[in-house]
Amino acid sequence: MTDRIHDRYAIDGKIPAPDEMHDIVVVGAGPAGLAAALEAARAGRQVLLIDEHPVPPALAGSDVPLWFGGRATAALQAPERLLETLVENEPLIAECFEAGVDVRLGTMAWGLWRNREACGVLPRAMLGLADGQKSWTVGFDRLILATGARDCALAFAGWDQPGVMGALAFDALVTRYDAFAGRRVVILGSGDLALETARIAAGRGIDVAAMIEVRDAVQGQGTMPDAPVLTGHRLIRAEGGIDGVERVIIAGPDGAEQTLVCDTVILAIDAVAAIELAEVAGAAVVTEPLRGGAVIPGGAGEVLPGVWMAGAATGLMGPRALAEAQARAVMAQALGHTAELPDVPAAFDRMAYRAEWLRALVATSPDTTMVCQCEDVSRADLVGVQPPRYLPRPDKMGARSIDTLLEDGPPDAEQVKRLTRAGMGLCQGRRCREQVSLLLAMSANLPPKSAPRGNWRVPVRPVPLGVMADWQETEAMSAGWDVWFGIPTQWIPYPDIGTEAETRKLATLAGSMHL
Amino acid sequence: MNVHYDVIVIGAGVTGLSSAWWLARDGLSVLVLDKGVVGAEASSRNGGGASHYQSPLFAEEQRLWPMMDDLLGYPTEHQRERVIIATNEHDLDHYHFVADNCDEMGWPVDRIDGQTAREMVPIAGDNCLGGIHFRFGGHANPQRTVQAFAWALKDQGGRVIQHCPVTEITTEGGKVTGVTTPQGHFSCGALVVAAGPQIAGLLAPIGIDVPLMAGRAEMIVTEPAPLMALGGVDGNGLYGRQTMRGNLAFGGGPHEWIDTAAQGPRARPTTPLSRSLARRVAELFPRASHLNVIRSWAGIVENTPDGRPILDRIDNVVIATMSGVGFGLSPATGHAVRDLVVDGACSFTDIAKLTLARFAGLEPDWREQRGWLPLTGA
Repeated sequence: MTDRIHDRYAIDGKIPAPDEMHDIVVVGAGPAGLAAALEAARAGRQVLLIDEHPVPPALAGSDVPLWFGGRATAALQAPERLLETLVENEPLIAECFEAGVDVRLGTMAWGLWRNREACGVLPRAMLGLADGQKSWTVGFDRLILATGARDCALAFAGWDQPGVMGALAFDALVTRYDAFAGRRVVILGSGDLALETARIAAGRGIDVAAMIEVRDAVQGQGTMPDAPVLTGHRLIRAEGGIDGVERVIIAGPDGAEQTLVCDTVILAIDAVAAIELAEVAGAAVVTEPLRGGAVIPGGAGEVLPGVWMAGAATGLMGPRALAEAQARAVMAQALGHTAELPDVPAAFDRMAYRAEWLRALVATSPDTTMVCQCEDVSRADLVGVQPPRYLPRPDKMGARSIDTLLEDGPPDAEQVKRLTRAGMGLCQGRRCREQVSLLLAMSANLPPKSAPRGNWRVPVRPVPLGVMADWQETEAMSAGWDVWFGIPTQWIPYPDIGTEAETRKLATLAGSMHL
Repeated sequence: MNVHYDVIVIGAGVTGLSSAWWLARDGLSVLVLDKGVVGAEASSRNGGGASHYQSPLFAEEQRLWPMMDDLLGYPTEHQRERVIIATNEHDLDHYHFVADNCDEMGWPVDRIDGQTAREMVPIAGDNCLGGIHFRFGGHANPQRTVQAFAWALKDQGGRVIQHCPVTEITTEGGKVTGVTTPQGHFSCGALVVAAGPQIAGLLAPIGIDVPLMAGRAEMIVTEPAPLMALGGVDGNGLYGRQTMRGNLAFGGGPHEWIDTAAQGPRARPTTPLSRSLARRVAELFPRASHLNVIRSWAGIVENTPDGRPILDRIDNVVIATMSGVGFGLSPATGHAVRDLVVDGACSFTDIAKLTLARFAGLEPDWREQRGWLPLTGA
């Protein structure tokens, strides 16, 4: 603070230094994060490695961070036991412990703040972390975001029931948690993600009833599974009972319908880079169809000053060894060395593929199909820009739609989100943002590449009020807190302005304003 | 291209759109221009409160709000009344001072005890000492309201162009003739400047100096809580409401003074202040402290040196800034602006103390004196 005057009620000096400081912080203990942490620890650096798994059962039940689809076993209710399972299933975690990495599982990163345009108050850049009980802030010299990917959900008739889930959640439940509750699955898609999903299932003795592909040929390059791959097929609907999915109805190229008995439908059409932390810290976001949609420009490497990204968080899809090699190279760069990033295999147009699937699913499902499960927003209400059901829909409202919004300019995902509430629920739009984006693009005749997208906000994971709360708030914060801008003249009743009453009331208000 | 309108409004926020709607209802041809989309700035990034009894526009606002859904034809989620509850004696004393002010002005208010407050606010806790119950005022959904104004304006024949920043105000013989934009020049008989923090930059080139400083303010919102009978509840240094969906949306606390560019803010970042907001919401509503915070956001808000609005007409230009308290008053503000444009004076209330001229003797270093200065960062 210089000798300039500071507004007592401004934020100046009120955000304290982070609760902890670390040389290197790695977020995400997947293949990339583990490799990066080990690389730095073996170079003699002090490393904090955090990972949100095992996630609290309530969060998993809300499909955060992955689309678990109600197919986790009761094992999720015992986080202590799960910690051991995770460590048993991932040998590199033990290696990290041995290499001296400060490994903290069950710890989520929900915020990342740095000084930038319109914000100059932070003593330094910091992460917001939380476990089940408390939240705290962590500063760093170097931050590696190895936050991986999340599931890409697309709606179809019957998707809003237990047993419909994402490929990454399936992978996590099977290979990391030992907690997958299904026995017989249908896999949507035939790209590498879907082939890998089939391989994981086969390895654990889980039946794959079929893989469904809307295109005429298998899309992946990997090893073909034993399971039937039904190309040129469409998914008509999923049917089920109280425990969720029991069967799916599909149609072949000739239109003939058939029923496949299964307890789980796994969407393995695509995955989405987990860019949340980078975006809330101010990184630019671009839509790159080859990297699966919204990503940070440039790919693996330094995305913000002092912040690097590696692995699936950059939109990388490929074998584990590739993510590891990339993460090691990125960490070497972060440590100031010259390191060449491994070549990324030529990807295909993931957004076009995703859009083709969505069109097929839209064609077979009624427009009353929910797009946003948290907020009960149907596809018709989304493209009609209609308010939620608890509000009246007068005639004029019913006449409005995305088309009438487009008269004012290009579609704006934030605007549509706030009017329809699609994406504003507890899952923070994880189950709907990709499809909302594509549906808006389709309505506006825009190519998938130009699909408008909603942005991420802090907290990038739902965090309970009592956990997020700063219970050790500084004296400066408490003393300089006002409900609004701390301008006492603002609250003087108009008739009193310029009278003796104003003087008297200002004296009363001084220091406490409009609390 | 040169298209003529009776009135051009710069700024598709709630003040500009309400003004445009009132003018269009008078049969005038109206164009609203915005650098971004409808309600993208502070108009949709606020607590939705509509209880600003100190304003000369408040009586008209209170008359209008219950009618707005019908007048506009679109839902605003307007709800009546408010409760402010205290978790400490200091706050309770202050709320009683507020109630005394309301009494003086004739607005009905009850002083309630802790038990009554807990009955009205089931998520309040044993720490609640009581508070005040406004039998007036209320709240509405800012985003829905601002869009309702935009649609209602179009239904009246008005026009909105988004992503169309005004780059210059053109004049001839001391009078404004129109505005230049990337989409061409639009001429007008009268101009309303309701562009929030951008007002000063727009008007300075034509010799009108509007003293404004922009600040960044933050809010958080939780997942839905069970609906309370009265959603307009705040206290503990917070403003906000329970939405009709059930979410608890609250803001408050320190602001950051910032420089804004002519084209508007390029970023609206939040800070770890979210944690202090979460703490105060958890203290205010101990029985809701398990609810997840699911979003935070910041809004950029302009302030005048005394925090009061500027509603003034200079030749054929009307300046409209509400100095950070604009949403709730918007139905009446539009009416006042309509009166200024059409009749030259407000017909329903005295707004003589809200002229720009009151700042004529303002010291050039008024920002420095108040410490209203941007931070340069670490």
